[in-house]
Amino acid sequence: MSKAALETRGLSKSFGALTVANGIDFRLESGARHALIGPNGAGKTSFVNLVTGALTPSGGTIHLGGMNITGLAQSARVKHGLVRTFQISALFQRLCVLENVALAIAERDGLAGGLLRPAGRHRRVIEEAYHLLDSLGLADQALAPVNSLAYGRQRLVEIAVALGLGPKVLLLDEPAAGVPSSESGVIVSVVERLPADVAVLIIEHDMGLVFRLARTITVLVQGSVLVEGPPAAIAADQRVRDVYLGERKHR
Amino acid sequence: MADASPTAKAVVINSFATRHRFRLVEALPWLVALAGYFLLPGYLSLGSQIFATILFVLSADLVLGYAGIVTLGQAAFFGTGAYTAGILAANGWGEPISGLLAASLMAAAVGFLSGLIILRTTGLALLIQTLVVAAMLYEAANKAGRWTGGDDGLQGMDVWPIFGRYPFDMFGRAAYVYCLAVLFLGWLIARCIVHSPFGRSLTGMRENTARMHAIGAPVGRRRLVIYTISAAFAGASGALIAQTTSFVGLTSLSLERSGNALIMLIIGGLGRLYGAFIGVPLFMIAQDRFSAIDPVYWYFWIGLLMVLIVVFACGGVLGLLEQAQKRFRR
Repeated sequence: MSKAALETRGLSKSFGALTVANGIDFRLESGARHALIGPNGAGKTSFVNLVTGALTPSGGTIHLGGMNITGLAQSARVKHGLVRTFQISALFQRLCVLENVALAIAERDGLAGGLLRPAGRHRRVIEEAYHLLDSLGLADQALAPVNSLAYGRQRLVEIAVALGLGPKVLLLDEPAAGVPSSESGVIVSVVERLPADVAVLIIEHDMGLVFRLARTITVLVQGSVLVEGPPAAIAADQRVRDVYLGERKHR
Repeated sequence: MADASPTAKAVVINSFATRHRFRLVEALPWLVALAGYFLLPGYLSLGSQIFATILFVLSADLVLGYAGIVTLGQAAFFGTGAYTAGILAANGWGEPISGLLAASLMAAAVGFLSGLIILRTTGLALLIQTLVVAAMLYEAANKAGRWTGGDDGLQGMDVWPIFGRYPFDMFGRAAYVYCLAVLFLGWLIARCIVHSPFGRSLTGMRENTARMHAIGAPVGRRRLVIYTISAAFAGASGALIAQTTSFVGLTSLSLERSGNALIMLIIGGLGRLYGAFIGVPLFMIAQDRFSAIDPVYWYFWIGLLMVLIVVFACGGVLGLLEQAQKRFRR
């Protein structure tokens, strides 16, 4: 069996009586376009937090490109190419868009601990940040503080910061959350254009987006994997309809 | 759009890449300080106290304004520096510059060791722990009366002339130049730090710590580094006051000193490097004026000033200036 870009074995997490991850075995192949779906409270974001190290698992292991990273600090996992975005934009609100991305690039290149040379002299970092913003259509707002941007644009900055880190595995936690459907098309096209060698796990409620982007879908229910398969199979699966799509009908 | 983008790109990149360059207005505080030496010979001692206090408030700006580390314990480092320089001078080593360095190093050591423990927490828990560190040192200084003079303060300091040539005279000329030179050096270092990638990453931690973790920054280590540097600044400031007044009291470790530093910083403007340069003179002038008008309740007026600033100008005086500048440009 080839090395998965990301793999969890028996990943578990409980907060007292509440189990958010119940022995999750999960494989994200390299270059994957994989979606993680499930009803509210299924443990999707907790799964991201466990994998990235923001939460410490109660049990199980996490492997990145075959290496066991379960005990690594969050920052060390990022250095190995495991990068996430946030469901609710977690940006440097009062800093300009360019700086949000430049901070990530400086961090990736190990420059961010430097005390002597001014940040402005690291021209390569600034140019790379600019080009990244340009490729996402954000260049015209590069110098605007993030908190002056429309939320849909902030979602793009969220992705830009992640891309600045040069991810091998990219976890997108509801990239289109809070964005009006008229604007989510931009985000979809950005995700579609992500480099093919980056393994992407996308967590999303918007089924249109999921079925458009994902080649594999995993359904998570109450901290456990219910079923996994290609989109067509998932859409036809009766259990998924009952648990997930059915829930919508009842609302 | 494609046609305009090469120039647009150059504009964006240049404005970002030149932010660290010196602007003319940054020379203003130093010109004022130099003019003060010649024009106000009667106020030189007050001037040197202002310079030393600016250095102290600058140390608070580095941790609070830039890194977003809330602290009410900066006095711990100020007092450590003051007592270190004071005890050296009272026990036969009055050379001021080595005393200043020793004070700064000692304060940095206290900052590093206490930071190692308390910086694991954030927010209110951290605030209380910074208070506790300062309170513990206060009590320790109070108990160690043999060295510190306890409640009476440390007396009998003999500070030697600077470079063996310029004695601290009663006119305060040497003290003025000494404090100004140390402040200038401190400002240069602080300026270098805040414009460095490290300094920028501090602002990132202030704006969103969770995201800094997520982009792979060793947040804990950076917090400890800036806390230690800030402690060194505060220690140097304490040494300056000790050496120029030849006295160290327990108030150098008091909560009031930490609190006043924050008030001065908030008046001037947080996280802007120059907040201290505006807040300290304003606070000292306000203190002087208010206490002349109303000797009993002058602190009330300082409080009122604070409330007005927090409500109407949360960026302090510098914040107001920035807003005015923006409006003017439009």
